[in-house]
Amino acid sequence: MPGLDSYILLALISVPFLGGLSLVLVPSRELYAIRVIAVGLSLLLLGLSAYVFLAYDSDVGGYQFAADYEWLPALGIKLLLGVDGISVPMVLLTGIVTFTGVLISWNIESRPKDFFVLFFLLVAGVFGVFVSLDLFFFFFFYEIAVLPMYLLIGVWGSSSDFGSFLRPKEYGAMKLMIYLVAGSVLVWVGIIALYVEAGLDTFSLLRLEGEVFSPGFQAFFFPFFMVGFGILAGLWPFHTWSPDGHVAAPTSVSMLHAGVLMKLGAYGIIRVGLDLLPQGAEDWMPVLIGLGTVNVIYGAVAAMGQRDLKYVIGYSSVSHMGYVLIGFATLNAVGMGGAVLQMFSHGIMTALLFAAVGVIYDRTHIRDIGVLEGLAKRMGMTAAFFAVAGLTSLGLPGLSGFVAELMVFIGAFQSYPLVGVLGVIGAAITAVYILRLLGKVFFGPLGTRWEGLTDASRLEGFSMGILVIFLLAVGLYPRPWMDMINSGVVPLLERVAGL
Amino acid sequence: MNFMLFAPEFAVTVLAFLVLGADLVLNRDNKRYLPWIGLIGLIGVLVLSLLYLGNKDAELYDGLFLIDGFSLFFKIFFVVLGVLVILLSVDFVKQHLSHPGEYYGILLFSILAMMLMAASGELLTAYISLELLSFSLYVLVAFGRENPRSNEAGVKYILLGAFASALLLFGISQIYGLLGTTRFAEIREVLLLDPSPLNPGVSIGLVFILVGIGFKVAAVPFHMWAPDVYEGAPTPVTAYLAVGSKAAAFALVLRLFSQAFMPAIDDWQIILVVLAALTMTLGNLVALVQTNIKRMLAYSSIGHVGFLLMGVAALSQLTSDGIILHLAGYGFTNLAAFLCVIVLYNATGEEDISGYAGLATRAPFVALALSISLFSLAGLPFFAGFTTKFYLFTAVAKGGLIWLVGIAIVSSLVSLYYYLMVIKQMYMVEARDHSSVGVSGLNKMTLGLLVAGVLVIGVYPRPLVDAIQGATTIIFP
Repeated sequence: MPGLDSYILLALISVPFLGGLSLVLVPSRELYAIRVIAVGLSLLLLGLSAYVFLAYDSDVGGYQFAADYEWLPALGIKLLLGVDGISVPMVLLTGIVTFTGVLISWNIESRPKDFFVLFFLLVAGVFGVFVSLDLFFFFFFYEIAVLPMYLLIGVWGSSSDFGSFLRPKEYGAMKLMIYLVAGSVLVWVGIIALYVEAGLDTFSLLRLEGEVFSPGFQAFFFPFFMVGFGILAGLWPFHTWSPDGHVAAPTSVSMLHAGVLMKLGAYGIIRVGLDLLPQGAEDWMPVLIGLGTVNVIYGAVAAMGQRDLKYVIGYSSVSHMGYVLIGFATLNAVGMGGAVLQMFSHGIMTALLFAAVGVIYDRTHIRDIGVLEGLAKRMGMTAAFFAVAGLTSLGLPGLSGFVAELMVFIGAFQSYPLVGVLGVIGAAITAVYILRLLGKVFFGPLGTRWEGLTDASRLEGFSMGILVIFLLAVGLYPRPWMDMINSGVVPLLERVAGL
Repeated sequence: MNFMLFAPEFAVTVLAFLVLGADLVLNRDNKRYLPWIGLIGLIGVLVLSLLYLGNKDAELYDGLFLIDGFSLFFKIFFVVLGVLVILLSVDFVKQHLSHPGEYYGILLFSILAMMLMAASGELLTAYISLELLSFSLYVLVAFGRENPRSNEAGVKYILLGAFASALLLFGISQIYGLLGTTRFAEIREVLLLDPSPLNPGVSIGLVFILVGIGFKVAAVPFHMWAPDVYEGAPTPVTAYLAVGSKAAAFALVLRLFSQAFMPAIDDWQIILVVLAALTMTLGNLVALVQTNIKRMLAYSSIGHVGFLLMGVAALSQLTSDGIILHLAGYGFTNLAAFLCVIVLYNATGEEDISGYAGLATRAPFVALALSISLFSLAGLPFFAGFTTKFYLFTAVAKGGLIWLVGIAIVSSLVSLYYYLMVIKQMYMVEARDHSSVGVSGLNKMTLGLLVAGVLVIGVYPRPLVDAIQGATTIIFP
C-alpha cells in the first residue's frame, strides 16, 4: 500500500488518541460495548504496528514511512514522523503489549470507561515518542506518556501493605510522577540547549544530526539526556520510583509501564543522546556502564529480598534495564544490538510476568510470597506462563532473553571485561530468585488456603499466550529482529566512530 | 484627527455608562439583565474592533495614543477577556454580591483602562490608564461588602497600590527631568544618542518604574499584597485580577521596553533577571504549603509572572510573542480554574483544597475541567500551558538566558506537585458528603468554552501565534 504508507505512523498516534476520546461518548453503563471497543482499538493498533514491522525494509535501512506536517513555523516546529531499525521493534512491542494489556483488563470493574480513555491516551503518547523525529514532538509525546500515569495508578492501582511496610498507591503514583517529570526537566533543558546551540531554528532530528556540536557542549549536555531519560529507564540511583510505581499500578498499566515506558527512556538515550551528542556519549560511557552494572547487581539483589511478588518483578526490571544500559555503553555493534533486542525481549517478558501476577492477585488478593504456596496445582496455565517468563528472565537458551543478554555480554567483554563478568554474576543472581520463586509460589506443596482457586480465564490465557509466542520466536529465530536492529544501530555507531 | 480610530474605546465608555444608567432605571427584578447588556455590548465592540484589522497605523492626540497592530491585538484580547469575565460573574454576583450595576459598570471601565494601557505611547498617558485600571480594581476587590476579608483585601490593595503608583510616578518624573520627554519614541532616540552606561539618574528613574510595575504585577519582592487580595476578593474578581491586570501590565511593559528603553537593555536586563528568578522560585515554593485554593492559585500566578518577566529580561520579538502567547494560554487556563472554584463555592461554600475531596464523583465535569486547567498550569502537553511555556522558554534561551530557563523549568516541576495535590483530593480521596454538585447550564457552557480554548492553544497554536507575530512586528521595527 504505497499511498497509505505515509499515513500509517500518523494513524498509530491518532487511532489511540481519537479512539480513546470517542470512548467518552459511550455511556458508562454500556460495559460490554466499552470493552469491545477497547479490544477492537488495540487489535487495530496491533495490526498497524505489525504492518510497520513487516513492511519495514531492513536492507534499505534508514528512516522509512516518513511524513512531514508543518506545525509552528515561528519556532521551526514540524510534526516529522519516521521509523528506523531501532524504533520499529519498539513500535511492535507497544502494539503487542497494548493488545495483551487490554485483554487482561477485560474484567476491570471500577470506571472502565475512564480507565480506557486514559490508557489509550498513554498509548498514543508512547507511539508518538517512537515515531517522532522532531524533538518538540518527541518531548510532547514523552510528557503525554507520563501524564495519565498519575491517575491510572492513583485511582485504579493497589497498595502494598505489610504492616510495617506500607506503600499506598497514592504514594507510588506521586513518586513516579515527580521522578519522571524531574527527568523530563533535564530533557527539556537539553532540548532547548540543542536548539539554541545549533542555531538552525529547527527541532528536526534529521537536521540536527548533520550538526557537529562542540566537544565541550557535548560533554556538558550529554548527562542531561543520560540522566533525564535514564530516570525513566530505571537508571540507578534514580530507579526507586520504578518498583513503587509498578507495584501500585493496575496490571495492564504495569505491563505497559515496565514493558514499554521504561524503554522510552532507553530509546531517548539512543535517539537523542547518542545520535546528536556522540562525542559526549563517548566521554560519559564509563559512567553509564558503571551505573548500568550497579543496576544489574543491585536490582537482582534487591529482588531477592522482596516479599511482595510484584516488587520482585519491579526490581528485576531495574536489574534487566541495567543490561540495556550496559549494552549502550559498550558502543559496539554487538552490545548495542543486544541492548535494543533486550529492550524488546524484556518488554514482552515483563509484560508477561506482570500479567501472570495480575491474574494471581485478581484471585487471591494477596501478593505475599510467604503466603502464596503451590499455586501450580490449581493455576497450572498461569504457572506455566510465569515459568516461561521467569526462565526468559534468567536467560535460558531458546528464549529471547538469552540471545539479548548473550550479545550484551559479548559486547561488554570486548570493551570492559570486568563488566562482562559482573553482568554474568547478575544473571546468576536472577536465576536464584526466579527459581526460588517458582519453587515456593508455584511448584511447592499447595497451601490449604488456595484449594478453591481457579486458573486464568481463556481470554487471559490467550493474552499471555501471545506474549509467549514472541519470546519463543525471538529466542529461536532472532535473525529478522537482528537484521532490523542492526540496520538502525550500525549507522549510529558509524557516526560515533567517525569522530 | 480621525476620532473614528478610537471608536472601540468610545463604545466601551458609552457601554459602561449605559450599564450604570440602566441600573438606575431597571427595577429589582430586571437587574438580572445587566450583565447581558454588558455582554452584548462587548460583543458589539469586538465586532467593531475586528473591522479595524488591516488598517494603517495611526496616532491620536498627537502621539499620546498609538493605534497600531499591537494595540488592536490587545483591544481584542481585553474585550474577549471582558466577555469571559462577565460570563464568570453572572451566577456569583447574583448569589453573593449586591449592586450588580456598579459591578458590571466598573468592570467595563477597567476593560477600557486596559485597552488604553496597550495603546499608550507616552509615560503619563500610560500612568493615567494604569490608575484607571487600578481604581476600578480597588473597588471591585472590596465589592464583597458584607465580607470582612474582602474589605481587608480592598484596604490592603489600595494602600500598597497607591504606594506603587507613587513610585511609578516618581520614576516617570525622573525620566522626564533628565531626558526631557515622556514619549516612548523620543526616549528611545535620546537613549540611542547617549549609549550605555546610563546616566545614574535615568537608571534610578528606570528602577522606580520597574518597582512600580513590579508591585502591580506582584513580582517578588513586591508581591506581599497579592495572596491576601486574591483570597479576599470576590472570586470572579480574583480571576480577573490574575489574568487581566497582568496582561495589561505586560502589554504596557512590552511597549515601554521595546519602544523606549530597548537601547539600554544591558543596564536593565540584570534587574529583570533577578526579579524573574526570585518571582518564579518563591511563588512556586510558597504555593506548596497553601491550603486555600485561591491562595494557592495566587502564588501560582506569582510563579507565572516570573516566567513572563524572564521573557522581558531577554526582550526580543520572539520573546514578546512568547509572553503574549503565554498570557493568552494562561488567561484561558486560569479563568477555567477560577470558574471551577466559583462553581464549587456557589454550591458548597468550600474554598479549602481539602473540601475538594471526592469531587470526581460529585461533579465529574468540574473535576475534569479543573484537572485540565491545573495540568495546563503545570505545563503538561495537549494543554495550552505546555505549548506556551515551551515557546516562551525557547525564546528566552535563544536570547541567551538558558540558565534562567533552567530555573524556570525546575520551578515548573515544583508547581506540578501542588497542582497534583488538588487532583489527588478530587480523584483519590473519598468525599465527606456524597451529594452531587449542581452546575448551571451557563457555567457549563462557559467552562466548556474555556477548556476548548486551553486545548486549541495547546494543540493548534498556529493561528494565534501568527496573529501575535503580526501584533509585535510594530513594536520591534
